[in-house]
Amino acid sequence: MKFVDEFRDPDKAQFLLTEIRALVGRIERCRSRPLSIMEVCGGHTHAIFRYGIETMLPEEIELVHGPGCPVCVLPMGRVDDCITIAQTPGTIFTTFGDAMRVPGSKQSLLQAKADGADVRMVYSPADALALARKHPDKQVVFFGLGFETTMPSTALTVLRAEAERIDNFSLFCNHITIIPTVKAILDSPDFQIDGFLGPGHVSMVIGNTPYNFIADHYRRPIVVAGFEPLDILHSIWMVLKQLAEGRAEVENQYSRIVPEHGNQVALDAIGKVFELREFFEWRGLGSIDHSGVRMRKEYARYDAERKFKVLDAVIADPKACQCGEVLKGVLKPWGCKVFGTDCTPETPMGALMVSSEGACAAYYRFGDLEKIHLKQVAARAPERA
Amino acid sequence: MTMIDEQPPRAGKRPATVQGSAITLAHGGGGKAMHDLIEDVFLGSFDNAVLATLEDQARFSLADLARHGDRLAFTTDSYVVKPLEFPGGDIGKLAVCGTVNDLAVGGAIPLHLSCAVILEEGLPIELLRRIMRSMAVTARAAGVQIVTGDTKVVERGACDRLYINTAGIGVIRAGVELGADRGRPGDVVLVNGLLGDHGAAILNARGDLALSTPIESDCAALHGLIGALLAAAPGTRFLRDATRGGVATVLNEIARASRVGIEIAENQTPIRSEVKGFCEILGLDPLYLANEGKIVCVVPEAEADAALAAMRAHPLGAGAAAIGRMTSKQPGRVVMHTGFGGRRIVDMLIGEQLPRIC
Repeated sequence: MKFVDEFRDPDKAQFLLTEIRALVGRIERCRSRPLSIMEVCGGHTHAIFRYGIETMLPEEIELVHGPGCPVCVLPMGRVDDCITIAQTPGTIFTTFGDAMRVPGSKQSLLQAKADGADVRMVYSPADALALARKHPDKQVVFFGLGFETTMPSTALTVLRAEAERIDNFSLFCNHITIIPTVKAILDSPDFQIDGFLGPGHVSMVIGNTPYNFIADHYRRPIVVAGFEPLDILHSIWMVLKQLAEGRAEVENQYSRIVPEHGNQVALDAIGKVFELREFFEWRGLGSIDHSGVRMRKEYARYDAERKFKVLDAVIADPKACQCGEVLKGVLKPWGCKVFGTDCTPETPMGALMVSSEGACAAYYRFGDLEKIHLKQVAARAPERA
Repeated sequence: MTMIDEQPPRAGKRPATVQGSAITLAHGGGGKAMHDLIEDVFLGSFDNAVLATLEDQARFSLADLARHGDRLAFTTDSYVVKPLEFPGGDIGKLAVCGTVNDLAVGGAIPLHLSCAVILEEGLPIELLRRIMRSMAVTARAAGVQIVTGDTKVVERGACDRLYINTAGIGVIRAGVELGADRGRPGDVVLVNGLLGDHGAAILNARGDLALSTPIESDCAALHGLIGALLAAAPGTRFLRDATRGGVATVLNEIARASRVGIEIAENQTPIRSEVKGFCEILGLDPLYLANEGKIVCVVPEAEADAALAAMRAHPLGAGAAAIGRMTSKQPGRVVMHTGFGGRRIVDMLIGEQLPRIC
């Protein structure tokens, strides 16, 4: 495929790996412990596993798979609310595909569909709006989720619904924002990340400047990265170069997509339709201040939270889950007590086992389970001693 | 109940013509409407001597069967594909090819099929006629006969337009022993061409993706290709058609059953660039997409070249490729060497492949 294969060139990968190994040799601190680089975005996690990038990197580099999988971090209470809405007679509930399998406290949307709720998979909020046009006698609800990447398309769909006066359309807004979440991770007492790969598609919307605090205040390098495997290796090389030279800056590897100040049209649409919530509950991380958005009251007519009775109950994650520690990089997925035993992709207990972008699901599906098992035994040995 | 009404068509009389343009409950009621439908649409399409005896069951001579081999193979499959017609085929063609292939991958020569249909009230008769003709054409080309059948009509909403079940009987060639547990380290894994076309064509034909691609289903009857392969590589360990769950699922099944590891190379796995692009956009993995004209073959290393050459010499195997081999490392696991230079596990599909949101 033209314009894609160029970014998957194995010879260029080998060249970058040689350069990466050379840089690792220059970084003092990785002689005592591996360097931790967190990719914030679930899209990166997916690409890292799909291309086997972790298996190519020198042992001195550990990738920590961060909180950027919006499907994973969706709390159970919100899934329950989705199901309540979907089960309301006369409702068509529309959602992106991979949210269908996320378990609520009792069932997932996929199970609710099997029980008779009209749940439909769509590829875009515009598809949901088209359904609303087609079925004026039904209430069509779109399950809006994701970071700033998906926010503009949902906002523009609400604006379109308003312009066309399609009043049987509404949005169940579960959009979340990346910056407060990264900040929460940086502030956690057990934080130990050496550098970040910044989320490319979020940055396409918000630009690079919102990350300045990571470099200025927390003195950590962050490189906004693309999603092709060479993008990822190149970005890792850029983080290492900063570490080797003692710099902490915001750099943009994905400049073919990400403008310095983001996309103003998208930002305007977001600002017009959404406002920050005081706090939002994350699966695995708990409540984080100002980390979610809701619809402004001017758009109340299109707000499913106001149209339908939702409980918005906070349901605690299962006690055995250690997703929070894994998200922060304190624990490797296989270090979790329930990884691969009580928690598997078929019966996920925790956030990170839910979507293929979740770190645990990725290790479980794509990882070398035998090696992981050995590490698991080693990690648990001190407990027994 | 057989699809053939109790009363044989009277000689010398013009065959009945079905009345109306859509299926009604009367077409399944056992009366004249059903009689006309069967005579016009079904008998009109599947014309053969066994069916023409109009008994409640098809009858074959054991001696005739025994000429082909020494064991019977018997299989059944139901077809519920949506949409009914898609680029490269339709549910009728699929119902013949799928069952023929299920017999052929056991080393059998497919001989006879049944055809049972469940029709939803309101189904256009012209559509049904087109699909039955397509079944007949496919069966004739494959050298199999549709020898018995059944028709049911259900109320609107009780099924999705048209479901077809076909069962098939074939005879296994003497000396051919194939099984998922027969793989050995060193064996070579082959496929007969481009992977994922059927799955991509069907998803695309549903029309809700608003993508325009020329991808066609690879739906084809593979017994001819398999015959050529078995003649060239008599030591073949295992064959399976890579339908639902795709090649990834078949490889996992073999790895588990044979207790061997399988290593495949991404850049030797043949996938059309349109299918790659389609999967790229939707966040799907082509290794899990369904095929309807592709088999996975495991052959001993010594016969791999002969097997590959035999497949490539056949029109349905022109794009055949060796995609990997079996190893004693990591029994039960399928490992892919990515084109980029890394490694990853190719696991069983959990649930349905769902598109990622971003």
